[in-house]
Amino acid sequence: MSDVALDALERRGIGLSVCAVSHAYRGLKALEGIDIEIPPGEVTVVVGPSGCGKSTLLGILGGLVAQEAGEVVLHGDPGADCLNPLTYVFQDFALLPWRSVAGNVSLVLEDHAMDKAARAARVAEVLALTGLTEFADAWPRQLSGGMRQRVGIARALAVRPAVLLMDEPLSALDAQTRDLLLDEFAALIARTGVTTVYVTHNLPEAVRLGHSIVVLGRRPGRVREIIRIDMPLAERRPDDTALMAIEQRLWALLRDDAAEAARELA
Amino acid sequence: MLQDRRVPFRASGYNPQTYGAISLLTLIATIALWQLAASQGWISTQFASSPEAILQSLRNLYASGELWEHLSASLQRLAIGWVIGTITGIIFGLLLGLFSIARSSGMALVSALFPIPKIALVPLFIIWFGIGEGSKIVTLVFGVFFPTVINTVAGVDAVPRGLIRMGQSFGLRPLSIVAKIVLPGALPSIFAGFRITTATAIVLLVAAEMIGAEHGIGAFVLQAGNLYATDDLLAGIVVLSLLGLCVSFVVGQLERVLLRWR
Ligand SMILES: Nc1ncnc2c1ncn2[C@@H]1O[C@H](COP(=O)(O)OP(=O)(O)OP(=O)(O)O)[C@@H](O)[C@H]1O
Ligand SMILES: [Mg+2]
Repeated sequence: MSDVALDALERRGIGLSVCAVSHAYRGLKALEGIDIEIPPGEVTVVVGPSGCGKSTLLGILGGLVAQEAGEVVLHGDPGADCLNPLTYVFQDFALLPWRSVAGNVSLVLEDHAMDKAARAARVAEVLALTGLTEFADAWPRQLSGGMRQRVGIARALAVRPAVLLMDEPLSALDAQTRDLLLDEFAALIARTGVTTVYVTHNLPEAVRLGHSIVVLGRRPGRVREIIRIDMPLAERRPDDTALMAIEQRLWALLRDDAAEAARELA
Repeated sequence: MLQDRRVPFRASGYNPQTYGAISLLTLIATIALWQLAASQGWISTQFASSPEAILQSLRNLYASGELWEHLSASLQRLAIGWVIGTITGIIFGLLLGLFSIARSSGMALVSALFPIPKIALVPLFIIWFGIGEGSKIVTLVFGVFFPTVINTVAGVDAVPRGLIRMGQSFGLRPLSIVAKIVLPGALPSIFAGFRITTATAIVLLVAAEMIGAEHGIGAFVLQAGNLYATDDLLAGIVVLSLLGLCVSFVVGQLERVLLRWR
């Protein structure tokens, strides 16, 4: 990722408190009594077996799912240039196939008072940041999965988010692309210091990005453990023994639940 | 003992192509055969005319200005009726696609009224709107409206929920979500409907013109039939089939431009 204009996305002190959040779908308990602090400027990773309610939790954080009980509180002032404090990056990218790359980014700016030139400049800036400049006029269908998710990132950055909410943003990609994008995410998050909630199944991703890793159990989804990693993102290497030990511990925590989830009907 | 054998190719066929030259030759040969049959007296020109006579009749109609008189009357009805039916159909389709109450009541009405053969309503429309333009246009509007509503609703239903959620998650205004996500997402289905509604509109146009009109291709064909003027009658039918071809060409081009993202 290019370094241009990264400074425009300066660190913001926005945090979230999740207090006693519970949710059920037609009687099926998905989440129960979730209490999590999401500190400003940190990456909070959420891991857990299939169906434990990770996506539900992320939906509640961003106001896309109305929880049954409890509340989510946003702390701090996002600043005047923040157009959408809680901004998602989607697993399936959620790009409009009938808009070009630039058009998809521009979409989220068009409802805001902003003159045409300023909007075009903002679009160009985030496309440069994600290495998409030469694909500005391409249709989404012409892009590889990795490039599509870059558009998703560019679109999220365009609104100057206070919190990035990412639901398995790499899981639709092949392993190599995933590794490349993961490094780019880490660099971007480290440079901008944007508060991030990152849901994943992938434990190497979790230890690569997380300042704290929230492990959810299933039926109903409850917080089983919160693991902190204080090593700066820039210093984390895949072969770091401390990180590998944490990965092992996470796997030990998840193993039984995961096995049980795997035996169940989807 | 097994012998060494080359692996045979097994995946031929089931992949038909269209060869333009063969298509064109077939059309030309058919017309030539018809002309031959007519000039050799194998078929009676009183009942089936001949390509040459039809062409001559078209020339005369063109030269006398009669062709344009009828064609312009038809085109005007077609355009007005189709456009009104389409626009109202899309608006209703969006409402039915987006709102529960509108869907619940609207779908019941649409399902009840859609199967009525619209031609059967022409006499009723003549009683309501008179024998003039009104009843003809209302017939077209009615015939175009229902399929458009149904295709628009299906199109709205086919818009991925995730895209709408994306729009909401970025705080897009409801009108922006409808205009920039729902409508474009429904467009492929709406366009599929255009192919049906343009064809329906031409059928209804001719029917309405046959029931009571001075001008219009439908009226012209009917008059020619009453006079046993097979040349003119078939000339009218040629004009109608060209009209159908032109309309579907225009729809195809529009589709190519508006849905080029596919
Ligand atoms: N809209 C819905 N209606 C009914 N049940 C739902 C709905 N969404 C999720 N669920 C159920 O709620 C539970 C939690 O779902 P959720 O998608 O939050 O899990 P998840 O941890 O994100 O799973 P995955 O790892 O497979 O993405 C699951 O059992 C799921 O089947
Ligand atoms: Mg999920």
